[in-house]
Amino acid sequence: KEEKQRLRKEKKQQKKNKEKNDEKTSHEGEKKKNKKKKEEQPAVPAPAPPPPAAAAVPVPASEAPAPADKPAKSKADLKAERRARQEAERASKGKKGDVGQPAPTGKLKAPPSELQPVVKRLPEHVQVDNPEVVKKLAKKLERQQIPLRSDYGYKVSLFSHLHQYSRKAPLTQQLGIPSTVIHPAIVRLGLQYSQGIVAGSNARSVALLHAFQQVIRDYTTPPNEELSRDLVNKLKPYISFLNQCRPLSASMGNAIKYIKKEISNIPSQCKEEEAKIKLLNCIERYINEKIVLAAKAIAKYSIEKISDGDVILFPPNCSFNAFEKKRKFRVIVVDSRPRLEGREALRRLVQKGISCTYVLISAVSYILPEVSKVFLGAHALLANGYVMSRVGTSQIALVAKAFNVPVLVCCETYKFCERVQTDSFVSNELDDPDDLIVTRKGKTQLEHWQKVPSLGLLNLVYDVTPPDFVDLVITDLGMIPCTSVPVVLRVKNVDQ
Amino acid sequence: MELQAVLMAAGGGSRMPDLTYNTPKPMLPVGNKPLMWHPLNLLERVGFEEVIVITTKEVQKMMSTDPKMKDVKMKLDVVCIQEDGDMGTADALRHIQQKIKTDVLVVSCDLITDVALHEVVDLFRAHNATLAMLMSKAHDFTETVPGQKGKKKTGEQRDFVGVDQSGKRLLFMANEADLEDGLSIRKSIMRKHPRMHIKTGLVDAHLYCLKKAVVDFLADNKSISSIRGELLPYLVRKQFSKTTNCPKSKDDADDQTQKTADGSTNSTELLICSRDEPLLQLAQERSCWNDHRGDMSEAYHGGKLRCYVHIMDQGLCYRVNTLAAYIEANRLASKLLEEPAVHPSAVISERCQMGPDSIIGAQCQVADKTSIKRSTIGNSTTVKEKVKVTNSIIMHGVTIEEGCNIHGCVICSNAVIGRGADLKYCLVGNGQQIEAEAERTNEVIVGTDQLMEI
Repeated sequence: KEEKQRLRKEKKQQKKNKEKNDEKTSHEGEKKKNKKKKEEQPAVPAPAPPPPAAAAVPVPASEAPAPADKPAKSKADLKAERRARQEAERASKGKKGDVGQPAPTGKLKAPPSELQPVVKRLPEHVQVDNPEVVKKLAKKLERQQIPLRSDYGYKVSLFSHLHQYSRKAPLTQQLGIPSTVIHPAIVRLGLQYSQGIVAGSNARSVALLHAFQQVIRDYTTPPNEELSRDLVNKLKPYISFLNQCRPLSASMGNAIKYIKKEISNIPSQCKEEEAKIKLLNCIERYINEKIVLAAKAIAKYSIEKISDGDVILFPPNCSFNAFEKKRKFRVIVVDSRPRLEGREALRRLVQKGISCTYVLISAVSYILPEVSKVFLGAHALLANGYVMSRVGTSQIALVAKAFNVPVLVCCETYKFCERVQTDSFVSNELDDPDDLIVTRKGKTQLEHWQKVPSLGLLNLVYDVTPPDFVDLVITDLGMIPCTSVPVVLRVKNVDQ
Repeated sequence: MELQAVLMAAGGGSRMPDLTYNTPKPMLPVGNKPLMWHPLNLLERVGFEEVIVITTKEVQKMMSTDPKMKDVKMKLDVVCIQEDGDMGTADALRHIQQKIKTDVLVVSCDLITDVALHEVVDLFRAHNATLAMLMSKAHDFTETVPGQKGKKKTGEQRDFVGVDQSGKRLLFMANEADLEDGLSIRKSIMRKHPRMHIKTGLVDAHLYCLKKAVVDFLADNKSISSIRGELLPYLVRKQFSKTTNCPKSKDDADDQTQKTADGSTNSTELLICSRDEPLLQLAQERSCWNDHRGDMSEAYHGGKLRCYVHIMDQGLCYRVNTLAAYIEANRLASKLLEEPAVHPSAVISERCQMGPDSIIGAQCQVADKTSIKRSTIGNSTTVKEKVKVTNSIIMHGVTIEEGCNIHGCVICSNAVIGRGADLKYCLVGNGQQIEAEAERTNEVIVGTDQLMEI
């Protein structure tokens, strides 16, 4: 299906170009074919307009021919962008030299970043062990005047393609103190992300939108620019900065997409004040609809599923607020090191008067016979029905399946994401390895872990749970099975 | 804009009268640069482009003529205040309230430090704090101070600083002078922070990040005149005050008018309460982070006013407000500065022995057979033959005749040391003349006009 779409687009493009210039078309077609062939020869014919890797676009031509993991949309958007740039370059008649396309490694698409002005895409797969990609990222950050955060410590080889930062080396070390390049609200947000003060995907999205509100309030359009285009360009370095502080989550990515769409939809004759007010209202509405009301809807549906006398298992990142005491149930909170987020969840539940038990994840198989339902929270729901959540969630789901305990996932629709992943290795987040160091009875065994050459500390943040282990997904749209996620996504796209 | 820097340079240097009766404290040379150059350099290095300098007219005049101050590339907005010394630091802030548009970073002119400023400012940003300050472990001054008789009194006024377990949140601050019998800590504080570390050996660097609301609060509360003495303890106490309940205040919007009539205290509390917007509140609710654990309250115990402190344990941090600190700072100035120790325009003869720790200023003339070790020599100073200078600070325009032996002294500007004089641990005031063949030990030699001042 994806191949067909691609071919269709290509034909359309060729037809369009034929109207303009026959000669160029053939070149174009030839070049396109070259690209498609996943060039064994990196040399592209010189008179042809240069491939789009001119600026800092990392390795787009490493379009993997293996479309299995690739969502169709990205390819189409890439083509559109390439076409647009080629028209522009043809107009300016700039003939730059061919940039030798470095042959991609076994990994798939590189962080796309600069490709579309409207839609911001998250880096599908970060390629930290590919030096060209790292160089391109560094160049891009330099252009945006954002410092590059350096990796810390030895990385376990299976995850060496991901970034690993240290909390003790914040990005603000390299920024000037009254930050002029980056809006102070964004600097504050980045700090709060990297120190873990704002954690959890809902909180991060809300904080992000709040910071964007402040940015929009303080924004003034420069004289010869249009708000719809300039504001989007202003937001790009902020997003890179936030990405450097802590990799963006799927929910944040969707929020950013929404905002960028709203900004670029502002008609050019709209006055600046009106436009700003409109944008601020959009953000308020988004938060209200997608987060606050969605949480209420989920709570309403979940209550229907809980019967009296139930025992429920909760790993901590479930947005479970507003549980009224209509039913009598008790809760078991499962927690895991090093974040120990369950303590906060426990506090909130006990405050509401629900009787709770607290266990660590190693006790899950011991406690599961007592449990009647398992509620999981999700960080994101992927397009193939996999649930991406805190590390340890898939374990709980697995054990619950073994004990025949129903597993319900609570997730707002704005966290649905078009990415597809079948394992937890390809795209994940590595947290500070020093978090694993603990001092007991005055002794810190791992204090000098860096000196031991064969020792690596791994602090994973996310993992994916296959849909076979999940019985029901409770969203603000209702209760759907895991495999209906692509349907929801399709409906959402049609709406937008 | 995120932060505005304010440099307080109107202080009188009341603890070192011998040095400051002629030269105002901000212009005393440390490492051959005026004292206020050092904090300005710190701000410039970090990335500030503008600084508001609060100082006196005398200092402003001296600033405009001093060549070293022209090195400062930032834009200095000098605000002059009266010299009568009644204006405290908080009064000065109130004076410039109109210029303050965002949060302020207040620095004192006598601070010499190499702290990584982002540590303090990060605390301020990340926790949305009302106050963030810098403190450092106090170093003992090892050098003998000229003119000091006997051991240094250790019964000086100590500061008691209470921090929480993480060492960042400031819970308690009091000076020994304010405490009568003992230290009393409110139960409400102990309930919220059962583990408190109380430290006494800390030096307050007088570097504060304050929210704009605090400056507005000062404008309304004219009774507070010193930042360190009054404002800071007030803010620290207010963190745990029962009346800082902002959500309640929103409901009482109608009653606000009554409250303002009732007393300015209520409205000022409303002002100082960092009112978090509802979205931030929402984000905090959804976030699974708490700054403490073990009790049922939310992050920060729901308090909106937060004070943080960054305590440096490594690195330099000096406040040059006593003679001993001044000497120590000069000693270490060569480490701080990146310029070459010997100024290129100084004329130094070849037979002179100069130690690596010494700094020689511009247009100096050092003759043969002199030995200069661990000393700082100011601009336009003439040192004749056979002079031995060790462990001393010699300011600008001094003439030292032949054969002198100067050890551990502080010699102020334009003094003349006669031939063959032998000075140990002395302080020679401005423009003084030491007669030839004089032998002085541990004395303060100042003019008679200064003796009249009290």
